[in-house]
Amino acid sequence: MKLSHNLRAVRVVWQREMIRFTNDRLRIVTSLIQPVLFLFVLGTGLSTITTGAVHGVNLRTFMYPGALAMAVLFTAMFSAASIVWDREFGFLREMLVAPISRWAIVVGKCLGGATTASLQGVLILALAGVVGVPYSLSLVLTVFGELLLLAFTLTAFGVMTAARITQLQAFMALNQMLLMPLFFLSGALFPLANLPGWLRVLTRIDPLTYAVDPVRRAVFAHLHAPAAVVHRLNPGVTWNGWRVPTWLELVIVTAMGVAMLGIAIWEFRKAD
Amino acid sequence: MTVPVRAVSARGLARRYDDVEAVAGVDLDVEPGEVFGFLGPNGAGKSTTIKMLCTLVQPSAGTATVAGYDVVRQRDDVRRAIGLVFQDPTLDGYLTAEQNLRMHAELYGVPKSAVGERMTDVLGMVGLTDRRRSRVSTYSGGMKRRLEIARGLLHAPRVLFLDEPTVGLDPQTRASIWRYINELRRREDITIFMTTHYMDEAEYCDRIAIIDQGRIVVTDTPEALKASVGKDRVQISTDDDEAAMAALRARFDVSPVLAEGQVTFAIAGGEGFVPRLFAELGVPIKSVSVSRPSLDDVFMSYTGSTIRDAESSGSSNQWMRMMAGRR
Repeated sequence: MKLSHNLRAVRVVWQREMIRFTNDRLRIVTSLIQPVLFLFVLGTGLSTITTGAVHGVNLRTFMYPGALAMAVLFTAMFSAASIVWDREFGFLREMLVAPISRWAIVVGKCLGGATTASLQGVLILALAGVVGVPYSLSLVLTVFGELLLLAFTLTAFGVMTAARITQLQAFMALNQMLLMPLFFLSGALFPLANLPGWLRVLTRIDPLTYAVDPVRRAVFAHLHAPAAVVHRLNPGVTWNGWRVPTWLELVIVTAMGVAMLGIAIWEFRKAD
Repeated sequence: MTVPVRAVSARGLARRYDDVEAVAGVDLDVEPGEVFGFLGPNGAGKSTTIKMLCTLVQPSAGTATVAGYDVVRQRDDVRRAIGLVFQDPTLDGYLTAEQNLRMHAELYGVPKSAVGERMTDVLGMVGLTDRRRSRVSTYSGGMKRRLEIARGLLHAPRVLFLDEPTVGLDPQTRASIWRYINELRRREDITIFMTTHYMDEAEYCDRIAIIDQGRIVVTDTPEALKASVGKDRVQISTDDDEAAMAALRARFDVSPVLAEGQVTFAIAGGEGFVPRLFAELGVPIKSVSVSRPSLDDVFMSYTGSTIRDAESSGSSNQWMRMMAGRR
């Protein structure tokens, strides 16, 4: 099997995701509703009771990285769900019987999901000014890169599950069950310092934690806030008191993505 | 000059699922350019055989080549050489016809320079040129099937596998699908391997293989198969059917049944038998019809059951059984 042929297949599977994404404006809007709700309704509402505590940094600013992660989370899962959908409506078969390697389908799907999800993130990124985060090219690029990585890992996770779960309803139910805990424990909504032991452990196990933290660090690096406030709201992720550096966090996210991609490919190789 | 390779060739092809032998050693040869029909009741092993030939299922025994490539060892070569149209739709309804075709061209590695022309060709062949930019979700069932056939042809396969290409379509659409298939035979140098439930469609095939319980019972042209049944179907209506049936049994040694409200029986040389019938029956006859055996009769006589077992209407079924029993 020639590599160039497989790469053509990767590209066309990716392109299909893009066509479907841009055709489906309703989906773009609906996936924006949830993060916007969290950011503006929850963020604004809660800020009335915490104004004194955060010394000038708006709660919405704090929750902003969480909203970005959330936009990516839902879009990536939706992309992965399309594999289950494709199976139900037969199109998966068209791809599986083609004279291409199975990895090309899986990689194309994951790249497609990663791209659409990070584009969705970009739409939230456009709201930076509204929540008091300055627009800066370096911030946009850093955050976009980090979201792309997160989106890839999430899609790989979704595709891996979709290889086993053949019913759309079951897939959606499983995702609902997983997404909320992942999101709540990721530090998207509260700083991960001074937590009770059980909660600290859970937040450190949550893979999403290592994707939200780099985004928050990037955002805070562009804020002009007193050091004490930054320290309080952006404590980072610590293991036994050691602050995990950004590069390691990104390596963790990437490694998980690659591992799950591998499992997904292996599962699709077995399938008829 | 190279010797033309057989389009499909199988020897002792078998597939076993746990304790069930779905396909129990199939031998077949399909020549290039043929339209080859695969007939069999549900569960006879049709689909499993097709899937093995299309490299979707691994045979548990035997060998097969498609377009000269081994279905186990040269899987990707086989896949590139065949077009597949499944029973269930495999189109992406969100995409337009053109986008679906483009996607297929990429997956099958059709040379970039050839894609445009090839797309125009296949869309024209199935009459979908003006709808090429519409989303497939807006297509009717027949249009979707036509698009699937067009897509199956896009990469210029040597063998086109059609699994029940007209199932679930209304008679008019079925007829139009067949017009396209016949047009296709004329225009492209292609072999068609198809399964069907519809006996009238099997008539379009050059040769038919009847498969039952995992084995091929017979392979021949539709004409030869019908001739092999050897008996015609005679139907008469009389004022007193009971008396007529008794007389038939007593004087002509046939076993008549009441089918479709008429006295029906099978006899060799049905037309020549009619004068004798009038002369010797002794019961006034109102009308008489003689028909040649259909492929339904053929199927019945070789497998002992009708292909539409499930939906069988009592009368025709009874007729079928008689035909088989008296072979």
